[in-house]
Amino acid sequence: MATPRKNEKKTDAVKAASSEPDLGFTGESSWQYEPSLEGTDHLRFEKKYELFIGGRWVAPKSKKYFPTINPATEEPIAEVAEANAEDVDAAVRSARTAYDKIWSKLRPAERAKYLYRIARAMQEKARDLAIVETMDGGKPIKESRDFDVPTASAHFFYHAGWADKLDLAFHGRPYRPLGVAGQIIPWNFPLLMAAWKIAPALACGNTVVLKPAETTPLTALLLAKIFEEIELPPGVVNIVTGAGATGAALVAHSDVNKIAFTGSTDVGKRIQGAIAGSGKRLTLELGGKAANIVFADAPLDQAVEGIVNGIFFNQGHVCCAGSRLLVEESVHDLVVRKLRDRIATMRVGNPLDKNTDLGAINSKMQLEKIRGLVAAGEAEGAERWSSPCALPKKGFFFPPTFFTNVAQASRIAHEEIFGPVLSILTFRTPDEAVEKANNTMYGLSAGVWTDKGSKSFWMAQRLQAGVVWANTFNKFDPSSPFGGYKESGFGREGGRQGLSSYVEVG
Amino acid sequence: MANPSKRVSAAPARQRLSIPKAYKMYVGGAFIRSESGRYYQVSGMTKGSADAEVVNIPLGSRKDARDAVLAGKAALHGWSSRTAFNRGQILYRLAEVLESRHEELVTSLVRAGATERDAIDEVNASVDRAVWYAGLADKISALVASHNPVSGPHFGFTLPEAMGLVAVLAPESPALLGLVSTILPVIVSGNTTVVVAGERDPRTAVIFCECLATSDLPGGVVNVLTGRAQDLGPQLAKHREVNALEAWTPDAALRTSLERDGAGSVKRVKTHDAQGIAALRDEQRGQGLTYVERFLELKTIWHPAGI
Amino acid sequence: MMDLTTLEGKDTPGKVRALCRKALVPLASDPSIGPTAAVCVYPNMVPIAKHELRGSGVKVASVATAFPSGLSPLSIKLDDVRQAVELGADEIDMVIDRGAMLAGDYRKVFDEIAAVKEACGQTHLKVILETGELGSYDVVRRASDLAIAAGGDFIKTSTGKIQPAATPAVTLVMLEAIRDHYYATGKRIGMKPAGGVRTAKQALHYLVIVKETLGDAWLDPDLFRFGASALLNDVLMQLEKERTGFYQASADFSAD
Repeated sequence: MATPRKNEKKTDAVKAASSEPDLGFTGESSWQYEPSLEGTDHLRFEKKYELFIGGRWVAPKSKKYFPTINPATEEPIAEVAEANAEDVDAAVRSARTAYDKIWSKLRPAERAKYLYRIARAMQEKARDLAIVETMDGGKPIKESRDFDVPTASAHFFYHAGWADKLDLAFHGRPYRPLGVAGQIIPWNFPLLMAAWKIAPALACGNTVVLKPAETTPLTALLLAKIFEEIELPPGVVNIVTGAGATGAALVAHSDVNKIAFTGSTDVGKRIQGAIAGSGKRLTLELGGKAANIVFADAPLDQAVEGIVNGIFFNQGHVCCAGSRLLVEESVHDLVVRKLRDRIATMRVGNPLDKNTDLGAINSKMQLEKIRGLVAAGEAEGAERWSSPCALPKKGFFFPPTFFTNVAQASRIAHEEIFGPVLSILTFRTPDEAVEKANNTMYGLSAGVWTDKGSKSFWMAQRLQAGVVWANTFNKFDPSSPFGGYKESGFGREGGRQGLSSYVEVG
Repeated sequence: MANPSKRVSAAPARQRLSIPKAYKMYVGGAFIRSESGRYYQVSGMTKGSADAEVVNIPLGSRKDARDAVLAGKAALHGWSSRTAFNRGQILYRLAEVLESRHEELVTSLVRAGATERDAIDEVNASVDRAVWYAGLADKISALVASHNPVSGPHFGFTLPEAMGLVAVLAPESPALLGLVSTILPVIVSGNTTVVVAGERDPRTAVIFCECLATSDLPGGVVNVLTGRAQDLGPQLAKHREVNALEAWTPDAALRTSLERDGAGSVKRVKTHDAQGIAALRDEQRGQGLTYVERFLELKTIWHPAGI
Repeated sequence: MMDLTTLEGKDTPGKVRALCRKALVPLASDPSIGPTAAVCVYPNMVPIAKHELRGSGVKVASVATAFPSGLSPLSIKLDDVRQAVELGADEIDMVIDRGAMLAGDYRKVFDEIAAVKEACGQTHLKVILETGELGSYDVVRRASDLAIAAGGDFIKTSTGKIQPAATPAVTLVMLEAIRDHYYATGKRIGMKPAGGVRTAKQALHYLVIVKETLGDAWLDPDLFRFGASALLNDVLMQLEKERTGFYQASADFSAD
């Protein structure tokens, strides 16, 4: 398969690398893989989806609808209602009524049972939820099927157990629910983020108005259908679809007691500023630019898997993605070579194909943002390598890409790209690795790869990040608190500690 | 009461001329005047004090706040990496020093208008609260940390860490108990702090700083500015190197503006109104883990377990 | 007017490349902040810096002459210089023999500088006096005069390895030597304080000293440089502070 002759025309840099034995991973396999598509013909989408307010599907007072499209085909799937301030007001009122009349009066053990019902129903409908998640957002079916949906269900199951054990959670201190929680979630893990937000809120006795992202509203609406099916009392969770204006109306509503937001740091700052003086409680889970640090004594082949998982999981649409690879200079060339050969085997294509590694970029806007930052990286003099893999003709796709020779000062080293683009930098000593890793206003996550236990703990103590993955990356669990340092936000989600985001503890 | 001007400048023959104290801010372990050279005056005197009726207090400036932030930041690594046990010992030492200056602190509170009975109660409560936080230092982790029983072959745990540099706008009153109750829960976990003392009784704050300075607390861990909260607060709220801000003020407009100013750097801002300030006087409600938890970061660490 | 410097035993190609990238684009969010004047490295790192900075106009300065002590035989020092020039250095930063200076062997100091100047050919020569080891302002003045007379294009305070390094007072003494030489010959010699200038405020103090000693002509990278790495981020931080109106955090600025 390897054809060394071919290398002669390449640039100097590539030639130098290619003078070593070449495995011939060119991105074009000599094998043709048959498609292995997840079936969709049993799904029936509604032509248009209304707002879920007070346990009923209601037409928006705005009278407006917007299409949600499949980013892998650019074809519309359905029309979705756009909630305006009046609609948001109706949703908040219904949440308030449900809080006052029903949810706050319910015995905690009964609250728990509703959450268990939700978790179970999600498991029963897991496959359909996964397919819709993939169609609406573009993520590979293997991820939505094996990660997003099961973890979302697990969040309800986990928090169901807390609902009647809160007395144990706060060391005997008095606590009370906050009231109505307004929750705004992003498009990268639509169903999972809905679960992260709704489950602890309900477990702690709050009611909810949730706004899904405008490009990925469908699984939240399917979740609403589950709420109907399991007979969750009307108004306990209300779902208002729409874009930024809908979210702003929710943030501004005077009868909301708590705002929980996951999204960009820029919007997070605006929300924090907007609620100043209102007494609303706030948790923010914002952007990141995580350092994934590889020492020379790391298990390098495992590290390469971790690097790939760190940046290409969900096309890199992950706030805690390991988007800055800091590699000890002595193994830089070897790691880059291993990485290149590994990435060249990854398959980019139809997200519904069970063998697809990277699906579609979530939206045209996001694709353009990625392209813009990649162009900036090239203009700043970093060296780009993109997998030579074939991309589908239609839909929004971007090949897995990395940059070497990246300056710490350059945009691709400190701006969140939120796509399958890795920036590779080098370091010499552990101190320098820490300094570079922390040289960012973000602080969501970090990775450390070394086979030396004491070194990995030494690093973990010094990295300013809410989650540190040592010899692993991108692991999540309902029992494991998640959240950021610095401008990656505040508050935690998951675990006992995450409950504090939804109660006032005396 | 004696004529104050007489007391300072024209002591009768054979009567000893007293030495009034110059009150200074406490930054980086040193007692300093404002770089601005400006000052404001507080008045009031009491038996047992050598001071004049009117005393000049440094009016902390924007640049003083900046310098205090640098001092606090420089002290952060050393303080947060001390053992929790050692931090507890130092806070206990502070309690000892407060106790040893009991009389001076009472005198100072009375001078600012407290009755002697109330002043004694406040100093007692302050010492006791310092002891309480001293004992908490090496328990925080036990109360806040967790092992996380994740699904899969991983060893996962969550640990509390210091948040960084925390700015505190201390309550006007209680002058001493307010400082102890708002500073100690911040530093007990390893944070460093820049404090704006209440404007009304800065002398008690300075005496408190003298206690800090003689209690093995490293310089820069607590930096105390005197001056106006409405001038210094917004500077600290906007300063990007300040990680968190806690304001104890009945001034609703100031609270709102601090919350808004802090948003630019996703600062952890917590404000308290008069009701929150009043709670500090309560033996139970005025102290607790809740005050500490606000200024902790939680770090979750995962490691695979396998062979 | 800034030279970014890395002169550590642990310098690696990666470190030098990173420094060069910082020299080219100090602040990614504001491309109007232009590149630094030069990057200063050890001779072995010159080719890497040259490659990284090609076409940019940013100069590559190399230390030479058995930096930092200068206590090697002259032949080795001259070889050091020739090789650095061959490797592509645009500027040579030499050290004087402080031992000879303090022993009163001024001829040796002078002759070595002159020989180095010859070995440099067209390459720009900066003469490091290492003022922190010279003991008094009188010796600094004498060393300045010697360095200028022997052909140095620039005189420079320090290697950065010795404390104290640059101070305002020692800089003033050296500027006065430059001024007297200008009065006598009309020739402009450059000045480079190095080591210890860490803040924008300190840098302003130096610029005022230069302006008020030598006038506006010297406020130019051809005649005045700061040898400083920490200074750049502080300047960037102050510019941001002016732009936004509030104090910045060090983590906002890249740590290369």
